[in-house]
Amino acid sequence: MADPIKQFELVPIVPITIGTGDFSFTNSALHMFIIVGLTAAFLLLTTSGRRLVPTRMQSMAELTYEFVAGTVRQTAGTDGMKFFPLVFSLFMFVLLANLVGMVPGSFTVTSHIIVTAALAVLVISTVIIYGIWKHGTHWFALFAPAGLPKVILPLIVVIEVISFISRPISLSLRLFGNMTAGHIALKVFAGFVTAMAGAGALGFIGAALPVFMITALTALEFLVAVLQAYVFTILTCIYLNDALHPGHH
Amino acid sequence: MATNTTQGTEVPSKGGFPAFRVETYGSQLLWLAIAFGLLYYLMSRFIAPRIGGILEERASRISGDLAAAQAMKAEADAATLSYEKALAEARASSQAIAAETRAKITAEADAERKALEAKLAADLAAAEAQISSARAVAMGNVRAIAVETAEAIVERLAGTGADAARLEAAVDAALKR
Repeated sequence: MADPIKQFELVPIVPITIGTGDFSFTNSALHMFIIVGLTAAFLLLTTSGRRLVPTRMQSMAELTYEFVAGTVRQTAGTDGMKFFPLVFSLFMFVLLANLVGMVPGSFTVTSHIIVTAALAVLVISTVIIYGIWKHGTHWFALFAPAGLPKVILPLIVVIEVISFISRPISLSLRLFGNMTAGHIALKVFAGFVTAMAGAGALGFIGAALPVFMITALTALEFLVAVLQAYVFTILTCIYLNDALHPGHH
Repeated sequence: MATNTTQGTEVPSKGGFPAFRVETYGSQLLWLAIAFGLLYYLMSRFIAPRIGGILEERASRISGDLAAAQAMKAEADAATLSYEKALAEARASSQAIAAETRAKITAEADAERKALEAKLAADLAAAEAQISSARAVAMGNVRAIAVETAEAIVERLAGTGADAARLEAAVDAALKR
């Protein structure tokens, strides 16, 4: 049975060592640039005509833009649109990372915790830096909701701080966990197919069962790929809303 | 920049779950920063402004067209209104002209009729005056003739001339009867 973990292995393409650190250009890096290239191709080439009446592809690019812009406006308000390039970049990056990962033989960038953690830290540090830059010390009112009795205030502040710190953790773990678990499950069932097919006539017929499972799981994984990109985006918007409007908690 | 020294106890050899191998983090973070930075640059510099511009242009075009259509409709309504107003005015003025003309004609006819009546009355009065003067003249003549005749008759009958004064008095008395 093929190792279901092997698909997550980083393979150096161009070995680069800076000092003692390994900064090789790996299959992961290659896929990151594929993602950026596909995003640029999808959103730039299709809109190069700037048509008033869009072509089909331009319409799709516009729909994607409108979808993310709508999410930002609904969740973080109209002034949240200043973060739109960041949110749209995150959405496209995560979406295409997940979808490119569905191509057999490819590498799933978002199945590595360090990538999802880096993206989550980017979001949270944006929230903290912009929040403090914009609102100063008032931003910390986020942790102390108004109108609370003084007795329970310290407790609430502790809970709020913990919930704030857990945000980047849950944000990164959710995406990483979904991608990793899904791909492992697919590989495991694929392994069942080859193992059963190789085990005689009865096994060959029985192998239809895991094939059916893989088919269903693949469909589910596509749903998860899109859904997790959306979840990452909408949570980013909700957190950015805290940077913009710390009072409305 | 993860260093393997911090996690030195569990790492170095190939093995374990790939996502938890700390020695790969440096490379992944570096290339993620470059790739995502590039994506963010493209997004904020080209993609978002372009698509946003297209959508905005379309929205403004649509709202502009709607506004233009609204303005044209208002214009058409105003034109209809002014047409109806002009029509009503024309109708009113035509009625006024007709009434005026009718009044003028009636007045002219009245004036003419009155002038004619006046002239006829004047003619009648003149004629009557003429008649009465003629009659007076005639009556005067009658008296003179009567006096002459009476004188002649008296001369014939009496053979002598009669007293003119008595004769005239007698004629006047006879004429008064």
